[in-house]
Amino acid sequence: MANISQTNVVVSNNLMARALREAFYAGLVALGLFVLFVGLKTDQNILNELVLVQRWGLLAIFVAIAMVGRFLTVAYIRPWFEARKAAKAAAPTVEREAGFVARNFSLLALIALVIYPPVMVALFGFQGSLKWVDNFGIQILIYVMLAWGLNIVVGLAGLLDLGYVAFYAVGAYSYALLSSYLGLSFWLLLPIAGVLAAAWGTILGFPVLRLKGDYLAIVTLAFGEIIRLVLINWTEVTKGTFGISGIAKASVFGIWSFDVSAANNFAKVFGLPMSSAYYKIFLFYLALALCMLAAFVTIRLRRMPIGRAWEALREDEIACRSLGINTVTTKLTAFATGAMFGGIAGSFFAVRQGFVSPESFVFLESAIILAIVVLGGMGSLVGIAVAATVMIGGTELLREMDFLKQIFGPEFTPELYRMLIFGLAMIVVMVWKPRGFVGSREPTAFLRERKSVSGSFTKEGHG
Amino acid sequence: MALETDTMTKDPILKVEHLSMRFGGLMAINDLSFEAYRGDITALIGPNGAGKTTVFNCVTGFYKPTMGMITMRQKAGKEYLLERMSDYEVNRDAKVARTFQNIRLFSGLTVLENLLVAQHNKLMLASGYTILGLLGFPTYKAAVGESIERAKYWLDKANLTDRADDPAGDLPYGAQRRLEIARAMCTGPEFLCLDEPAAGLNPRESLALNELLRGIRKDTDTSILLIEHDMSVVMEISDHVVVLEYGQKISDGNPDFVKHDPKVIAAYLGVEDVEVEEVIEQIAEITPGDTH
Amino acid sequence: MEYFVQQLVNGLTLGSIYGLIAIGYTMVYGIIGMVNFAHGDIFMLGGFAALIVYLILLGMFGGVPIALALFIMIIIAMLMTGLWNWVIEKLAYRPLRGSFRLAPLITAIGMSIALSNFVQVTQGPRNKPVPPLVSSVYDIFGISISLKQIIIVLVTAVLLTIFWYIVNHTPLGRAQRATEQDRKMAALLGIDVDKTISITFVMGAALAAVAGTMYLMYYGVIVFTDGFTPGVKAFTAAVLGGIGSLPGAVLGGLMIGLIESLWSAYFTIDYKDVATFSILAIVLIFKPSGILGRPEVEKV
Repeated sequence: MANISQTNVVVSNNLMARALREAFYAGLVALGLFVLFVGLKTDQNILNELVLVQRWGLLAIFVAIAMVGRFLTVAYIRPWFEARKAAKAAAPTVEREAGFVARNFSLLALIALVIYPPVMVALFGFQGSLKWVDNFGIQILIYVMLAWGLNIVVGLAGLLDLGYVAFYAVGAYSYALLSSYLGLSFWLLLPIAGVLAAAWGTILGFPVLRLKGDYLAIVTLAFGEIIRLVLINWTEVTKGTFGISGIAKASVFGIWSFDVSAANNFAKVFGLPMSSAYYKIFLFYLALALCMLAAFVTIRLRRMPIGRAWEALREDEIACRSLGINTVTTKLTAFATGAMFGGIAGSFFAVRQGFVSPESFVFLESAIILAIVVLGGMGSLVGIAVAATVMIGGTELLREMDFLKQIFGPEFTPELYRMLIFGLAMIVVMVWKPRGFVGSREPTAFLRERKSVSGSFTKEGHG
Repeated sequence: MALETDTMTKDPILKVEHLSMRFGGLMAINDLSFEAYRGDITALIGPNGAGKTTVFNCVTGFYKPTMGMITMRQKAGKEYLLERMSDYEVNRDAKVARTFQNIRLFSGLTVLENLLVAQHNKLMLASGYTILGLLGFPTYKAAVGESIERAKYWLDKANLTDRADDPAGDLPYGAQRRLEIARAMCTGPEFLCLDEPAAGLNPRESLALNELLRGIRKDTDTSILLIEHDMSVVMEISDHVVVLEYGQKISDGNPDFVKHDPKVIAAYLGVEDVEVEEVIEQIAEITPGDTH
Repeated sequence: MEYFVQQLVNGLTLGSIYGLIAIGYTMVYGIIGMVNFAHGDIFMLGGFAALIVYLILLGMFGGVPIALALFIMIIIAMLMTGLWNWVIEKLAYRPLRGSFRLAPLITAIGMSIALSNFVQVTQGPRNKPVPPLVSSVYDIFGISISLKQIIIVLVTAVLLTIFWYIVNHTPLGRAQRATEQDRKMAALLGIDVDKTISITFVMGAALAAVAGTMYLMYYGVIVFTDGFTPGVKAFTAAVLGGIGSLPGAVLGGLMIGLIESLWSAYFTIDYKDVATFSILAIVLIFKPSGILGRPEVEKV
């Protein structure tokens, strides 16, 4: 007994020594990393010359955080994880019955979404609810729709598309241009935008679909950039970087309008006080309906031969061809369908903003949408919706963190850290769960029982 | 010669004529001609690097041959020039299905889904190119039912019914081989090309495979072309054997004929380096004048 | 004619910068098959490091000879970005090695977002102008060539030679090529694969830092978003030349530089990037593995 405890002491002493040593190295590395960028700040003086401001205190904090973090990781967190893993391996795996929430997650989420606007109105009043319904609700739903569209291309067909935002732009500009020049209504333009985006998807897809992997990725990225650059430079039509403003609002199927001056204004008809909240709430439900439509179509498509062919394409393209599947048309349909969703989301975006400019369609947007698809778990609608909520809602929340100013001083602007944290979160989630939140796949047909397919069997495609 | 009477009485389903395939400076196949007959199991054998898989890839449209003609004649009499078709058309139109040397299953799809993907073209038509299916037309539902029945039939034949709802990647090796064959059969082929179906199988799995192949021959009118290394499989199940060496045909006939063909023995059937001379002498004795 | 040669010189200068960045993309892709999206931001970080070093030199010693200053800037920027990329690879990419292909790509995109925003937060969002470091211009046969252009092309040429030597004639280069071909086999033969990959990242970052310094010197301004456009163009260059091929990366970089300057000179400057990307798309459609890339054989 004494012996064992003695070895334990030795082991823990060794561990502590190692942790201290590693913490020291981490401190050195952090010092190296941050000495120029944190320790010094380039600022302009009154003469507009660059001068350096010294911030050694901040640098010390960074180094200290690195040291403490490393020490804790080596000394406590890692042994704890290993112990837990060992315990898990030792204990027999007990199949846990999924809880009520887990089993009915989609339904509960849908109910929550339906009652979300009234709850927000009840909590914050009409004016106060604007932010929650618009910035959080509608924005997240737009991203969900976009990510579900991209999911068809990346998640199901396994084609890496880095220029998805192009179709979003096509949809948004289709609506903006056709409604301002021709005065067509939203309800007519919504499908038209979808069709136009799908047509663009086909046109762009046709030449590039024989490219593989990263070559496909870079060409799609190039197309995304080309469309954005054309939007910027073709000023006669698109008004360039100024963008198109004053885009007509959507109406409730032409019955009630949200234009303040219109006779059939929603608020006037119902004798309500004027507020822009009704329009936002209407848009929220519209976005929700469009999302539901997208989900319905996706779920249906997966059970169609075309959907199965998409997934088969992701798994093994050569085998597909050996089974008589025309992989070119199969890829094109995936591209076009994904593009159509993007186009519809785009025209919705235009109607919600009332303004479009090329700035909304930068590569970063494509990257964010792709990140949502991968973080959610490729192919999983629920996972993707959760990822969109966490990533977009989470970073949006940072805008609201005014109380942080009381901690870090009045100059602290949490908004500045929004994208920094977004980027770091992407890294952390990926390292923690490389297959995303929902790694497993639901089969589209079954003989006896529906068993989900573990993520370790599914492939990610090479196209 | 037994060979000539064969060609006279039998109906060729696949005719390969003067096929050549060049990869850069390498002549992988050199002026190869052979036929496979309807209802037969034809085996293509030969030492490593003899060009067997290349022949296969030419027949199934994955490679475009440098020269030559490959004709597939369907039961109804329709003829297809396979060397002019792209890979997926070879399966869709000419009804030639194939498997791969390194198994290519859709490992993330379930066994049943693998078999449904194989019926893609039929289902695509039934779903009105997705549109009618999306709207929930009953014709599509009926077609799906039919496809599942067909899948069930082949699941049963391949002895995989118990694993129908498991991911294909989860199956043991032998079962994956059988599933790949079942999947090819689900495309409804008239001609099935199997690339080393018995490679890496243990004796029990090998038996199960033979049973499946015999079943295909007995119950369907699909003809089979197979590449094989395992001579016991070849001799046991094939009706007709074509032997390749360095991209050329060196022997062609029934298994018995091939088994005793000295050129085959020399080229392929386990002749050690030291024995080569001995064999050449034997050949010289049997076929005087023909030392090729 | 003179105008044309003038544009060639400008294109060559720009192309050298793209080429230096492209090598980092191509090496990392070659060795672990990953598109290191954060590489453009490493380049930007290198530019910032050079800027800060320059300001330190200015503040501490006043008039340092510009050649010495440039040398110190390049060396410190190389060390700095090398360290950054080493840490990034260790923390963000190594845990994902061998997993799912898209995971490292997403991590790299996340890293790119994080890096540019890190610089925005710590150094501020505004443009950082520096007074012209090198301003001599020579007139050679009617073509004006500035000293900065000469420096850029020379430094690029020297570095490429050193680099080419390392990859082709040193044990380190051999280890890199072996790891590129077959990581498992290389490990079995006693090559420290992790270390080789780390060194590759450090080398790529060092070249990007040189490019960053050159960029700062050439344009005289840098801002935290500057990683993106040159990064994407350098990546385009790497793909155009055939990703995985070192000479291809340089060739691609020069091509992109030339396309850009010639297009701006003869057509409209507005659509120069459209031209670049269109040519990329066209080249890839007709030669799917890039100009010098090995054609991918589809194994059946």
